[in-house]
Amino acid sequence: MVNETAVSRRGFFTKLGILFNGVVGAALAVPIVQYLFSSVSRGRDGAYRSWVPLGKVSEFPEGETRLATFQNPYTMPTDGKTVDTACWVRRIAGDEFQVFAVNCAHLGCPVRWFPQSGLFMCPCHGGAYYRDGSRASGPPERGLFEYPHKIENGLVTIQAGELPTPGAAIAVLTGEKPPCES
Amino acid sequence: MRIMIAKVGEWFDRRLQLAAPIREAVEHRVPRNTASWWYVFGSAALTIFILQIVTGILLALIYVPSAGQAWSSLQYLNHDVALGWFIRGMHGWGSNFMVAIVLIHMMQVFLFGAYKFPRELTWIIGVFLLLMTLGMAFSGQVLRFDQDAYWGLGIGASITSRFPVIGPWAVKLLLGGPIIAGATLSRFFTLHVFVIPGLLIGFVGLHVLMVLKLGINEWPMPGRVVRRATYVREYEALTAKDGEPFFPYAIWKDLFFSAVVISAVAACALYFGPFGPTGRPDPTIIQTAPRPDYFFLWLYAVLSLLPPSLETPALIIGPVVVILGLLLLPFLSGEGEKSWKRRPIAVLTVLLIAITLGTFTHLAVSAPWSPHMNSWSGDPIPEKFLRHTTALERQGALVFQVKQCRNCHSLESIGGERGPALDSVAVRLTQDQLIRQVIQGGGNMPAYGKNLSPAETTALVAFLETLHPAGQAPARDASRDAVLRESAEKTSGAQP
Repeated sequence: MVNETAVSRRGFFTKLGILFNGVVGAALAVPIVQYLFSSVSRGRDGAYRSWVPLGKVSEFPEGETRLATFQNPYTMPTDGKTVDTACWVRRIAGDEFQVFAVNCAHLGCPVRWFPQSGLFMCPCHGGAYYRDGSRASGPPERGLFEYPHKIENGLVTIQAGELPTPGAAIAVLTGEKPPCES
Repeated sequence: MRIMIAKVGEWFDRRLQLAAPIREAVEHRVPRNTASWWYVFGSAALTIFILQIVTGILLALIYVPSAGQAWSSLQYLNHDVALGWFIRGMHGWGSNFMVAIVLIHMMQVFLFGAYKFPRELTWIIGVFLLLMTLGMAFSGQVLRFDQDAYWGLGIGASITSRFPVIGPWAVKLLLGGPIIAGATLSRFFTLHVFVIPGLLIGFVGLHVLMVLKLGINEWPMPGRVVRRATYVREYEALTAKDGEPFFPYAIWKDLFFSAVVISAVAACALYFGPFGPTGRPDPTIIQTAPRPDYFFLWLYAVLSLLPPSLETPALIIGPVVVILGLLLLPFLSGEGEKSWKRRPIAVLTVLLIAITLGTFTHLAVSAPWSPHMNSWSGDPIPEKFLRHTTALERQGALVFQVKQCRNCHSLESIGGERGPALDSVAVRLTQDQLIRQVIQGGGNMPAYGKNLSPAETTALVAFLETLHPAGQAPARDASRDAVLRESAEKTSGAQP
């Protein structure tokens, strides 16, 4: 008499085979997922960010806003020119600085500084910011992203390394800009 | 010779056993009325997809997916490889045509009710095919690694970063690192060349297989209603009674249209040439105004015109709603009328979507919301505005020029369209209102109070007050007249 619920030898081995493949697949998935997400896990705790010098304090005239460039601290051999980054340096007076990302706080297009009208303007969707980076008009919900900065050995140094986007660490670090003062 | 060929053919078919299923597929009976010019878009989309694969492989012979060299390799393709420009043109125009034809195909399927029972899954796979086609279009634009591609990626990253919680991580996953750089291009190359095309080939295969197995949608007749219980029987009766083999009865129209489309792509490639690359992808060159390719222009316009507070919800919820709506469509109206003549809401929906997308695309071409970044230096104030003016007013015109008011405002149609044209601003605003608007801003205008000295403001407003048509007086504050009259009466009353 054949018991219908009994497991046949072949059926058992088929199931065992499937299970075996499942285990191998799961084991293999661990390194694959780690590899796929390496760009995320590597950047935890701000590991991508470090302090980079922009130039001597004297290169930035007081009361003016100048474009400065720096090389992104984290690079890959095939990056080419893309590691060169621009930022706007505003020297208010003495050692008082503000360093803004060129990336518009709306969707990241490069904003341009117009000293005559005292505005940063974005060519994409018409965002505009005052000289202190606070929002003036247009679609941006906040002011320009600001890099944390310090003066070290007479050099303006900023903490950079990540693309400034509304959700990125740099935005969290500096938070909302207060409304226009200066 | 013939016998020889037949023998070779027999040898292969004995081993492959494909002749019978292929014959069955090409000779399957289709309703006579589907041999229509309305039914050619699906096959045309497939033809263009094959064209894209062929031209894509040809481009990959030269193209280098490296952030340092991609741009130069495209220049090399354009200028140094024999007919490299033409192959690039075919691939670029092919992508534009593919997006357009896929959309037309989808519209036709929707209007002809072809998504209804039993073809729901064919429609759903079609929705995924549309998404993949758009994915190919965007990733292809990235591979054209120029300024537009670079800043386009920046826009993509900014949108991604707006997702709550996972945003910053998703950006790093998208870019393959902390910034747009070598790893970013490599992963978009992988998506564009391996991942999405692989999925596309599989899904296109399923899509076509289902069209063959379920039969092409019959020409919709008003009143011929789809019912789950009876449809399959009715369709079989129709093809048996009024059907013809697909080959050669219907296929000639598909063949003709496909040839026309390929010729049109080639003609565009010959006449207009390849797309870009525009400037070198150097992030320190910020004198650039990035624009997406035409199929995403409408989105570019939407992102400018949405109120800021609605943008993030719209960006995150919008696509989910649209995609869910498309996927659920065959389940919400899987039965009933197929003919567009009995489905006014369907027709209106298509019209509404087409007009909306068309309007946004049209707006994005001129981008009136963007300041003109160079009109302050390029265009002097027209002479006619300076004639018969006082020294103060002319000084105001100078302030107007120097403070770059025309980045956003036009005079004689020269200048930005972000703010209103100022040719007759004095008719609209009184002196007080002009001063207030200049100093405090408002509407969409920044406040200039901290950027103008009182003397400059006075001069500027004096100039603005001259801006009115010859026969029309400038706006006056009526209350000021009343106050002046009152004080005049008081002084005259006190006199005697």
